[in-house]
Amino acid sequence: MTSMRVVVDLTKCEGYAQCAFLAPEAFRMVGDEALMFDPAPPDELQEKVLRAAAACPVQALQVDMADLPTPPPTATVSADGDDRLRHEGRIVIVGASLAGLKAAEQLRAEGFTGKLTMIGDEPEEPYDRPPLSKQVQTGWAASADTTLPRRRDIAADWKLGVAATGLDLEHNFVTLADGQHVGFDRLLIATGVRARPWFVPEEAGLDGVFTIRTRADATGLRERLLAKPRRVLVIGSGFTGSEMASVCVELGIPVTVAEAGPAPLAGALGGVIGRIAADIMREHGVDLRVNTRVDSLQGEDGRLRRALLSDGTTLDVDVAVVALGGIRNVEWLQGSNLAVGMWGVACDAGCRAFDANGLVTDDVFVAGDVARQPQPMFGYQFLAMEHWGNSVTQAQVAAHNMISGKTDRWPHLEVSAFWSLQFGNNIKSVGVPVIADQIAITQGSVDKRQFVAAYGYKGRVVGAVAWNQGKWLDFYEKLIEQAAPFPPPYDMTNPPADPTPVPAEFPAMTYPGRDATVVVTGHDPSERRATLVRGRR
Amino acid sequence: MTEASLYDQILDFANRANPWPLYEKLRSQPVWQESDGTFVVSTYREIYALMHDPRLSSDMTNLLPQFADRVPPAEGPHSFITTDPPRHDVLRRLAMRQFGPPHRPDLIDKLTPALSAIVAGLIDKIAEKQEVDLVDEVAYPFPVAVICHLLGVPPEDEPKFSAWVNPIVNALARPTPEQAQARDDARQHMSNYMFELAQRRRTEPGDDMISGYVTDDGPDGRLEGGDLFATLMLLLIAGHETTVNLITNGWLTLQRHPDVLERLRTEPRFAIRLVEELLRYEPSVHILPFRTAVADIEIGDTTIRKGHPIAVMLASGNRDPECIPHADRFDPDRADNVHLSFAGGIHYCFGAPLARLEAQIALTQLAKRLHNPRLVADPPPYRPSPVLRGPIHLPIAYESILPS
Ligand SMILES: Cc1cc2nc3c(=O)[nH]c(=O)nc-3n(C[C@H](O)[C@H](O)[C@H](O)COP(=O)(O)OP(=O)(O)OC[C@H]3O[C@@H](n4cnc5c(N)ncnc54)[C@H](O)[C@@H]3O)c2cc1C
Repeated sequence: MTSMRVVVDLTKCEGYAQCAFLAPEAFRMVGDEALMFDPAPPDELQEKVLRAAAACPVQALQVDMADLPTPPPTATVSADGDDRLRHEGRIVIVGASLAGLKAAEQLRAEGFTGKLTMIGDEPEEPYDRPPLSKQVQTGWAASADTTLPRRRDIAADWKLGVAATGLDLEHNFVTLADGQHVGFDRLLIATGVRARPWFVPEEAGLDGVFTIRTRADATGLRERLLAKPRRVLVIGSGFTGSEMASVCVELGIPVTVAEAGPAPLAGALGGVIGRIAADIMREHGVDLRVNTRVDSLQGEDGRLRRALLSDGTTLDVDVAVVALGGIRNVEWLQGSNLAVGMWGVACDAGCRAFDANGLVTDDVFVAGDVARQPQPMFGYQFLAMEHWGNSVTQAQVAAHNMISGKTDRWPHLEVSAFWSLQFGNNIKSVGVPVIADQIAITQGSVDKRQFVAAYGYKGRVVGAVAWNQGKWLDFYEKLIEQAAPFPPPYDMTNPPADPTPVPAEFPAMTYPGRDATVVVTGHDPSERRATLVRGRR
Repeated sequence: MTEASLYDQILDFANRANPWPLYEKLRSQPVWQESDGTFVVSTYREIYALMHDPRLSSDMTNLLPQFADRVPPAEGPHSFITTDPPRHDVLRRLAMRQFGPPHRPDLIDKLTPALSAIVAGLIDKIAEKQEVDLVDEVAYPFPVAVICHLLGVPPEDEPKFSAWVNPIVNALARPTPEQAQARDDARQHMSNYMFELAQRRRTEPGDDMISGYVTDDGPDGRLEGGDLFATLMLLLIAGHETTVNLITNGWLTLQRHPDVLERLRTEPRFAIRLVEELLRYEPSVHILPFRTAVADIEIGDTTIRKGHPIAVMLASGNRDPECIPHADRFDPDRADNVHLSFAGGIHYCFGAPLARLEAQIALTQLAKRLHNPRLVADPPPYRPSPVLRGPIHLPIAYESILPS
């Protein structure tokens, strides 16, 4: 149990492969730029892993504090900061996963020396989820080994395996399932989402029907895949479903993907990119059925045997992976008078929760997948970004603001970003593609699966996706921050065969007020600021 | 005659030993336009943005005609460092196929014991002496032996190719007509040499990289003709010139910081972060002298004009206090060291992992085995090039060599 823990911030990673050179047993390149890592490399690799971490050009590789000197806290001096809170305050974090841990580390890094309580309903210490649908399923890493490394000692009182069941904002305490009350001066809500189960409970309960959100889910599914099922049915082809289809192909297991919409990934990246994703799936031998629903799952002796599809076919399957997105964990907040709903907990750009009246609170903060935050770059819409990188940056901003005075607060203005690894392709995206009306290939070749596409809304850049061309995304991030014109009006190296913008083909949704309202400047979280744009640019 | 610009002064050999104050002045303005049309970029953020900007080009055929005489003829053979995607990506993938992941992921890792043995042998050889030139005895022969071994270049050919390397390196920044002629002659000789070597490996392949290039077909096919010779020349030259400087600059810096040298003797694994900081503080490549742009690029308040030469001042960016805390302090304990010494984006240094290992191994062994080392001259004499900057000799004295 003393092996190292490693996590790579794959949002930051640009695929320079330095780690794969220096510690090839622990880091492996897939294709030109996608990276797989062993989250718990054996002790004898310690020196190599430290070498790899030091060499990372974007410092995306995080290793346990073990063997690293703990840097002194970078206490920010705040003009009207509440010094007592910093030194003696009680901070409670509910949700002990990525956002919760990152917030805790940031609090300590900024010199918070008060009492810190971490409450999580899962029995384990915070672990990393993205490997659960990738290297854990292909067998390169064990589900049990995905514990997140600690960048510093957070000296917390851990209450694991117990859920928070209520929040009293009149007396500022959290109620736990075991009846305890935990009082706080500041609270962080980081309860994330859970997997949306198959909608017929009896069918969902069949042996062989899985969702993937937790370590236990992933372990169970992996065992089943090892038993060589006749066929796997993946229900839904968003990122998790597509990654699972890719895993089955890699393991040589026949796989059918049923997608109710017109194409895989279309919800996140639109129909144009969706068709490319569909081609890739089919090239790899996936039985992809679009515009097709699963009508029912049927079992024998409690075990899944068959699936009936809306195209009239019946499939013999032993495993079904339900990948239909998530449900936000907000039920415990029902009586709290906070602004909660199926879209999450609403908060301001500084991560302070809104109450039911739409008034901002001063002592309750939100971060991670459960947070719904206004996006100044995108018409101040409230959006929840269910991405790893977003959880981290939001948690850091929330933590900073929890212990800072009002003249020293940071807005969370990071351009959202995510990655996915499927069929050997490294897919990375920045911005908010879903609000786009148009898309244009800006660099490279779709046929070679090496390209970048920009998303536009009303003539400005709002997002980009790179297919095995992730090193360029930094450039597009700046275009998004500057509300730059779409399509980008200049030549680039590696021009595409056809740069003409076409409709992005997102499923119809209404988003009010998508005009550019601000441009964002500044680099460090402490200096990032939005400036209103007057009139049309 | 107008007064020499800051860039002129940086290129001037008189400032080779200490260009840092000039870089500091240069950074007062992120981009300068020289009277000869070159744009000079010196601040961290602007350099980082340029490295990721798809309008930036490494392909010199994109230079306007009036600038074309400054670089090797555009129609000559090219390697991945002087091309843009998509050709760049294919050439680099083909070159990488014999060197690293995903095709040969553990080549460099497996080399580690051999690297240690080579350094140990070189240090053994100076055991009888008390004063040597570190460049001649260790910093040069070590990476040369390694790259010869990797590529499959006979080590006894070193005198031959070293005679070609200098004219090529010396013509990197702003060559005189004579320097340009010498460079072109050297390139021709070297290309012929590589041609012969490749022929030999084709008939008697070994497990070296050249044999791989001429016998192994990947999904992109094979490196061929001029592309092959240009790539081999690049790997041979860049594969040692920069590492010589890294080791030499590194030792010089350690002698100037005795406390750090002491930690290298005693703290296990200290070399890992030390070398990262050395790379930042005294990089081997100071300038990327020739990039250009396929469209106008606005940075800061300046517009870099399409088709003009761009000089990217990597070493200056590494010491930009706007982005790097206490940038002028040599601090091996620095966290999140994100220097620019291997550039960034798609042209990130091909051989970086090898260079890092070589420097870590060489400096650690030198620190452990040289008893009471000191510099004989500080500053030491420098090589002519402002681009690949480092001492040409590093005379050191010591009491004895300790056993390994
Ligand atoms: C299989 C999988 C693959 C993924 N791949 C990618 C990827 O490739 N790229 C990417 O960008 N993102 C990916 N993600 C998303 C990423 O993992 C999430 O964005 C991230 O985990 C969000 O972290 P969080 O801390 O906000 O929420 P969560 O990780 O959901 O954590 C919330 C925690 O709170 C606990 N909790 C809930 N309610 C209570 C309560 N009442 N009391 C106490 N505890 C409670 C939960 O059990 C959980 O432990 C993936 C996610 C999954 C599941």
